[in-house]
Amino acid sequence: MTTPEWAAVLATAAGCYLLKLAGLLVPERWLEGERTARVMTLLPVALLAALAAVQTFAVGGHLVVDARVAGVAVAVVALVLRAPFIVVVAAAALTAALLRAVT
Amino acid sequence: MGLSIAVASGAYGLSFGALSTAGGLSVLQTCALSVLVFTGGSQFALIGVLGGGGSAVSGTASAVLLGVRNMVYGVRLAPLLHLRGLQRVVGAQLVIDETTAVALTGEATGGELARRAGRFGYWFTGLALFVLWNVATLVGAVAGEAVGDPRRYGLDAAAPAAFLALLATRLDSRPAWATAVVAALVAVAVVPVVPAGVPVLVAALVPVVAVLAGRRRPDEATS
Repeated sequence: MTTPEWAAVLATAAGCYLLKLAGLLVPERWLEGERTARVMTLLPVALLAALAAVQTFAVGGHLVVDARVAGVAVAVVALVLRAPFIVVVAAAALTAALLRAVT
Repeated sequence: MGLSIAVASGAYGLSFGALSTAGGLSVLQTCALSVLVFTGGSQFALIGVLGGGGSAVSGTASAVLLGVRNMVYGVRLAPLLHLRGLQRVVGAQLVIDETTAVALTGEATGGELARRAGRFGYWFTGLALFVLWNVATLVGAVAGEAVGDPRRYGLDAAAPAAFLALLATRLDSRPAWATAVVAALVAVAVVPVVPAGVPVLVAALVPVVAVLAGRRRPDEATS
């Protein structure tokens, strides 16, 4: 139970649950400020964009252009065409897998 | 709306389970995440950072930061739901994107009927999704474990595609686009110089800096 993975799983669970509970408990005015509201709206945007970018180009501490980039490019096309979530994800995986199979 | 949410979440849960075990977590750890964390974005963030060689601390920090939006949802839901005691302890776990959307659908029209429908929608959607999400995770996790090397099946491209799909629904304004582009550039730029997992945390500062800097401008104009 003391492996880093379990620690991360349990700490994430505790943190995420407490945030949900805190939202139901704190007075509304705490988050009413305009600046706070804007940071709260944009925070998930920044995190998701960073996660997508890092996972497209990074391997450990290095930047690499490999089959993932082609997969993600196809995902972008699928998103522009308003494809459902599973299609976007599957198209990315299939593209990268096919590219690796033929190279 | 209900059916489309269910189909999307089922697919999302399958993807999560498969990516999690293919990325190195056990089936038990993967299922524990879906039961205990129950907010997809944070779960994907954690397995993404860990799978990319990031530390447990940076993985947890990314996941919890992404969970901050649920607190904002909770603040908006509290006056509608009127949860007390045990109801609140259980109900809190169901505060996620989908339940918030369903619960607040009728908010604009107001009225007690709309509020009741919102409360029912919240509990029904939340509990149904909880079951669906966890079953899908288990199926995906077992399948992911059987896959072996995730790169062979392109699963390492599926993860960033999943984040992009989640991001796409939030790109509804110019500041959102600007934040996304700058955050992505900043994160990629610092990859070679900071430990794995940390670039995402650096990018989290982008909206904070942008909003603080944006506020200074009107002050300067008036002074």
